[in-house]
Amino acid sequence: MPTKPELMTTPEQSAERPLMEIRDLKVHYELRGSALARLVGGEGETVKAVDGVNVALRKGEVLGLVGESGSGKTTLGRALLGLVRPTSGHITYGDLDLARMPQRQLRSVRRRLQMVFQDPHAALNPSMDLATAIGHPLRIHKLVKSKAEARERVRETLERVGLTPADQFLDKLPAELSGGQKQRAVIARAIICGPELLVADEPISMLDMSVRAKILELMLELGRDLDLTYVYITHDLATAKFFCDRVAIMYLGRVVEIGPTEEIFADPKHPYTKALLRAVPDLDPERKVPRDLPRGEIPDAAAPPHGCSFHPRCPFAFEPCGWEARDLRAMFERRWIRLGEDALAREEPLVGELTEVDAHEEMVRVRAGGRAAELTALLEEARADEPDDPLWKGVERIESDGGAVVVRFRPGIDPGLLRVNAVDVACHLHDPNLSHDH
Amino acid sequence: MATVTQPMPGPGRTPVKGSTRVVRLLRGIARPYRNSHGVGRFMLVTGTVLVVLMLLTAVFAPLIATFGFSQVAGADGQRFMNHAEPGAEHIFGTTTQGFDVFSRVVWGARTAVTVVLLALAFSLFLGVLLGLIAGFVGRWVDRVLVMVMDALFALPALLLAIVVAFLLSEYVGGGASTAALAITAVYVPQYFRVVRAATVSAKEQTYVEAARAMGARPATIMFRYLLTNVIQSVPVIATLNAADAILTLAGLGFLGYGIQPTEAAEWGYDLQRAVSDTGAGIWWTGLYPGLAIVLLVMGLTLMGEGLNETMNPAIRVRRLIPISMPELTAAQRTKAAQVPERDRPGQDRPVDTGGEDRNSREPGSGETGKGGAA
Ligand SMILES: Nc1ncnc2c1ncn2[C@@H]1O[C@H](COP(=O)(O)OP(=O)(O)O)[C@@H](O)[C@H]1O
Ligand code: SF4
Ligand SMILES: [Mg+2]
Repeated sequence: MPTKPELMTTPEQSAERPLMEIRDLKVHYELRGSALARLVGGEGETVKAVDGVNVALRKGEVLGLVGESGSGKTTLGRALLGLVRPTSGHITYGDLDLARMPQRQLRSVRRRLQMVFQDPHAALNPSMDLATAIGHPLRIHKLVKSKAEARERVRETLERVGLTPADQFLDKLPAELSGGQKQRAVIARAIICGPELLVADEPISMLDMSVRAKILELMLELGRDLDLTYVYITHDLATAKFFCDRVAIMYLGRVVEIGPTEEIFADPKHPYTKALLRAVPDLDPERKVPRDLPRGEIPDAAAPPHGCSFHPRCPFAFEPCGWEARDLRAMFERRWIRLGEDALAREEPLVGELTEVDAHEEMVRVRAGGRAAELTALLEEARADEPDDPLWKGVERIESDGGAVVVRFRPGIDPGLLRVNAVDVACHLHDPNLSHDH
Repeated sequence: MATVTQPMPGPGRTPVKGSTRVVRLLRGIARPYRNSHGVGRFMLVTGTVLVVLMLLTAVFAPLIATFGFSQVAGADGQRFMNHAEPGAEHIFGTTTQGFDVFSRVVWGARTAVTVVLLALAFSLFLGVLLGLIAGFVGRWVDRVLVMVMDALFALPALLLAIVVAFLLSEYVGGGASTAALAITAVYVPQYFRVVRAATVSAKEQTYVEAARAMGARPATIMFRYLLTNVIQSVPVIATLNAADAILTLAGLGFLGYGIQPTEAAEWGYDLQRAVSDTGAGIWWTGLYPGLAIVLLVMGLTLMGEGLNETMNPAIRVRRLIPISMPELTAAQRTKAAQVPERDRPGQDRPVDTGGEDRNSREPGSGETGKGGAA
């Protein structure tokens, strides 16, 4: 039962219009294959970097986008500023829909929406001095009449971001600054036109440990003084906890959990959030839980898993989570790692054909030649060895059909966001209609 | 370029508004000379000296030359002897037509410098502009421009120059600008290629996206953000091309498609006239113009290769500066070993290995090697 994702507006907030409303936003990148592949296969693969995100940004809040690398955080952040063209969906900002606006008109809106980049070493033009670089937005938007006026504004802004005495920095080139100073300059350039929204894409991840906290404090201070709304992108939960009012956890282009920071950290609801929190090193040194990330790796965004895209890694996955042929292959791989070379040599020829099985199929048919019975037995053995593997909840039936073995999976359902307390979470565990025994 | 990695000297430098830009420019020009060493430095300095001498000759030609370039008679109205041997009156002798060889050589320097500077200006302007547009805009604009430039590049340089000179001589005449335009056609594709390649890589840089994010127009991005970073590889090619251009100019003159003798003195033309002299043992008419060509070409080549050596990190071997560290005491050593990996400072990247670096590496030195064609 795919619940239609509701908009994240609680009753008390609905009176005030959100600063920006993102509805069903999708950004898909076409990966162009080789010329030959395009001739033969028609089209290349599509990477679903952002795949159906719904968020309402409140005025003055700090919203964290948290997720592993590749989960689409940067793409979402860039889409908010109109720097990538969304494939579909809406970004409502005032009366404008940024998702549909032509570049020409977007340019004038850019004054209000700004970005702080991950790599301060690359974000400044190496051949432009700070006075010119930071003052350039003013001149682009014609907010100053003369060069001297721009310089004066730059001087004020430099003081504001802590590059003092400002006169010493005005004529410097980026190469003459340290990483932290560069990031301050980037922030200065972002705020000089008086923006409303600042998207900060991992602003401290490439900085020296010693200046990270200072940059975050500067951003908080600026947020207060200038009435900024932040979208803070990070893979680091510790800084998100420190910095954000609300946190959205992203996984493979979707928001899987979003809510107030305290509740997310105190009572994480999505299994992925739980796993992320366990992996944070020193959130709570007393706690003695194993600090492991979920098993397996983040899947290829070009071929995301069926159903809940977290299910191949989810320790709590159950029947409706979207089981498919690929999971069977992954189960055997885990089995061989556990049992060693001998088992691999013995069993691989039997299940070999599973490698060629296509992704989204709720049924898989393995032609085992004359050894169908052997394969069925092997499957039963695997189940008996690891009966707790969530995969077996998803296997509906194993039957032999002539010379082939057919494994049928239960139909998968794509989880939508559901409200639990103050948090919205996309997981079947929290859907009372699906999860009777959990 | 990698030379920027060195922090700017002079911590006590107090920047004075406005003059910093000039200071920075001068420093940029001085940088290759300060940073070069060994053979590179020798080439750079020797080349520069030769080129500067030639430039001075060109500028002060009216003062240096004893006669006009087409003067065949002295002030007293008496005609010069034809084929006069080098002597007191004509230190390099005279030619078949009775021209003073020394004066022809000096005026020839002025012609060569004028034509090459004009050609450089034209081809830099066209090549850089088109390369920038093709690299930045991409799509069909890029494809069409690349095709045209590749076609030009495929033609032998001298042949192309002759065709252009021939076509233009109808309309523009046989002067310096015709020769310059003919040479321009030869060198535009090289600047185009190098600048296009640098632009393609530079436009993926974050600072270009930052410019977009602040609302800059495409033209602003191209000229304020990309241009300054992609032209850094141009000086090397420009110097090497200038050497090549001298040869092309002389080639045109030698074949009779260059500057007409009535317009200016030109070494290639003089060489051609001197060909028949050599059999008669008249060596001076050919030797001096030939020597002038060799010296200027050599100067420019040495300068270009020297620049290449110091500025192009791909082939440059940095001089190793020995660093002596104070000896660790035993106690310090054990302490250092105990610091766990993730607590060690210095995750910050070293100051600037940034954009410039990558851009200037892009065009390989191979791009400049068209000289053999002329
Ligand atoms: N310009 C692009 N072209 C193709 N794929 C892209 C592009 N940018 C990002 N991607 C892909 O989109 C996915 C999400 O990337 P990104 O938004 O950078 O994630 P994050 O910032 O969370 O690490 C990744 O799989 C990445 O490879
Ligand atoms: S829906 Fe919930 S339980 Fe099922 S796989 Fe996804 S996260 Fe795990
Ligand atoms: Mg990112």
